Parts: sequence; structure tokens; C-alpha cells
Amino acid sequence: MTPIVDIQNVTRSFGSKKALDNVTLTQEKGTVVGLVGENGSGKTTLIKHVLGLLKPDAGTVNVFGMNPVTDPVPVLAQIGYLSEEDILPAWMKIHELQRYMQGFYPTWDQEYADQLVQEFGLDRTAKLLTLSKGQRARAGLMAALAYKPALLLLDEPSSGLDPIVRRDILGAIVRTIADEGRTVLFSSHLLGEVDRVADRVAMIKNGKIVFCENLDDLKETHLELTLVFANSRPVPPRFDRAIAAEGSGKEWSIVFKGTTDEAIAAAQAIDATIAEHRWASLDEIFVAYSRPTGGSE
Amino acid sequence: MQLHITTSDGVPIYLQIVNQIKYLVASGRLATGDELPPIRAMAEQLVVNPNTVARAYRELELAGVVEKRRTAGTYISSGGSPLARGEQERILTERIDALLTDAQQMSFSTDEVIHMIHDRADNLKTATDPSKEKR
Repeated sequence: MTPIVDIQNVTRSFGSKKALDNVTLTQEKGTVVGLVGENGSGKTTLIKHVLGLLKPDAGTVNVFGMNPVTDPVPVLAQIGYLSEEDILPAWMKIHELQRYMQGFYPTWDQEYADQLVQEFGLDRTAKLLTLSKGQRARAGLMAALAYKPALLLLDEPSSGLDPIVRRDILGAIVRTIADEGRTVLFSSHLLGEVDRVADRVAMIKNGKIVFCENLDDLKETHLELTLVFANSRPVPPRFDRAIAAEGSGKEWSIVFKGTTDEAIAAAQAIDATIAEHRWASLDEIFVAYSRPTGGSE
Repeated sequence: MQLHITTSDGVPIYLQIVNQIKYLVASGRLATGDELPPIRAMAEQLVVNPNTVARAYRELELAGVVEKRRTAGTYISSGGSPLARGEQERILTERIDALLTDAQQMSFSTDEVIHMIHDRADNLKTATDPSKEKR
């Protein structure tokens, strides 16, 4: 089956800065991929390539098996897009926005649009300009969902929004995916949200993909260890499969890639005892790969 | 049925659902024949990916905790009780392991811990004895 999103070896520079560096990412139909990375890591640039707003310097981007740069109409007709920037025409009223969107999208479902307006507590006669940030985000979500796009693309959708709006957005992702065969690609730095709704997590750092893995597998292969040494040590312990270490003196927290047995062996090899071990949270894994101190001593 | 999903530790969400439902069965809050919410409803209630709920239900079915019926519902299976006993043991074993680890860190011997458990059990018996109830 053709992947919904198929990004192969994409490189893109702005001036001397490589925003994307040989990025490969594919996404199957009916899955949710969460894109994580620090600010400026390349998340938005990647999403803009999926939308065909940017053209790769090298590599290929295919969406629904088509090139979004040369074939934008059939690609964009099937993508619902919401970003943290306000891109809706602010002077429109909600019902005008609905008619406007309906003109562009033949698959627009007015009944569903009205249902969302009601659920989100939007006033059909209110101008977007006069809405709160949260209500504008809900209006944007309504506009992105009501034509039932095959691919929902969300770029930091919950950035700067209160927990209630964020819950609406997550709820929308959950319902979208519950509808047979629809696909979601979203970027977020709220890892708790990624954890809840993503099937796979792709981490991007300095324009490079650090990992792109099934979320459950990722968690089940990373441990958070507390190591205790007999003597105080001035520098973090470094050993194989230790992604990052944090601590001081005799006690250090390590994010370790591997099984419990492998962790016990690795700790023995450097004369440390494991005081605690558990699966690492997505947060801990993310921080570890952001600031790795790994490698052998 | 109320489940609680946390993203602050590393336990995969499907496993949190599996463990909590097993716990509810073991503690008798879910009984044979009780119906679990449909995948979509559960996903919307917990605000988690429906694929995750589907995986949890599959694992529970494999473990014999639930069964799918022809009418497309998921129910707590009748073979629940012997499994519940095993599950009860698993839950206690986990707590005992945590206790023994702490004890070891603080240099208490296993005998000392057992002694303390007996003390606490006596204490608890006195406290819950209605004839000696306070208030």
C-alpha cells in the first residue's frame, strides 16, 4: 500500500543553515505520527514540505502518492491543516467562513460543521476577529475537520492554548482516527499529548531525524536507572547504551537503551549498583536525546 | 468504570489500561458478563488513540480476561475467577518486591520485615475490629 506521507532523503537549506538534513519519514494510512523536537529543529519546515509550500533542495516528497509542489490541488483537497499561526480571514463571521470553505472543498459536510460549531460553543454570527485565542483555534479546527480530510496536519495546534481547548483538539484527533482510514500528522512540544494520541513518534533535531519509532516500543526499550557508586564521581558515568546521565556525587540517573538484564550487566561493568529502574517516560527519553552524554568511558 | 491514564511515567498506555482492567476484575469491581465500553467510546473518554485501546482489548482477550461476543461487544469472561486469583497474587507480589527492595536499602533483614508485617497486621485487626471502634 502506498504510504499517505512519503518523505525520502529530503534536504532543504535556508542560506547556509540546513533546516532539513536528509530526512526520511513515511506514514501509513490510519496512523497518528507525533513530530517532536525543540524550537527551530525543523518541525514546521517538514510540515510545509508536506503541504507543498516548500520545495526540497534534494530528495522527494509524496503525499497520497502525488507531488504536493507540482500537483497541489488534489493533495490539498484531502488535507486538513491547522497551525499555531492564525491563517483564517479575521474579518469573516463563522457562518461566512463555513460558506467560504465549502466553496473550496467539495467534500465539505455542513451538518458535521454545524455539529462542531455547537460542540465547541462557537457563535455563528461572531467575527473571527472578536473571538478569544481559544475560540479562534476551535474555529480553525472546525474549518480543518468539516470536509473530513484524509490527512489531518496539525502544526503545534495547542501552543499557547488553555487545557480545555487543548482537550478539544486532542478529542478531535481521537475522533478523526476513530473514523476508518484517516491519518494524522501533528507536531507538538507537549509530550503528554503526543504520548496520549500518537502511534509513532518522530524526533527531529537540527534538521535530522533522531528516531522514528512505535511509541510503545520506544518506551519498552528505554529504562530510567538510578545508579549508585561506592565513591563520589566528578563526571557523569559514560557507558554503552547510556543515552544521557544526570546527577552528582554517588547517585546518577541514566536513560538507558536496552533490557533490564542488559542494564544490570552494564552497571556491573562500571562497578555501580542499580538502586531503581523503571521504564523511561517519553519526556525523559526526549530530554536524553536532546542532550546526550552517551558513549563509552 | 473509571480508568486513569498518566503520561508521567514510562508505562505504555495500552498496558495501563490492561493492568487497571485486570485490577478491577481482581478486586471484584468488574464481574463476569460486565460489558466494556466500545473502543471508540473508551478512546474518547480517556482521550487516547483508539488503536491503543484496541491493543489493550486484544491483550486482555489473549489473557482470557475478556471475550468478544458475536453481537460485537467486549465482556468480562466467565473464566475470570482463577485468573483473578493469579492477578491478585501478581499485584501483591509487585508490592512485596517494592517493600523488600526498600528494606534491603535500609538494611532490614527479611525476618525483621516479616516480624513488622505481623505487628502491623495485629494493629490493623484491632483498628478494624468493630467492638473496639473509635469515634
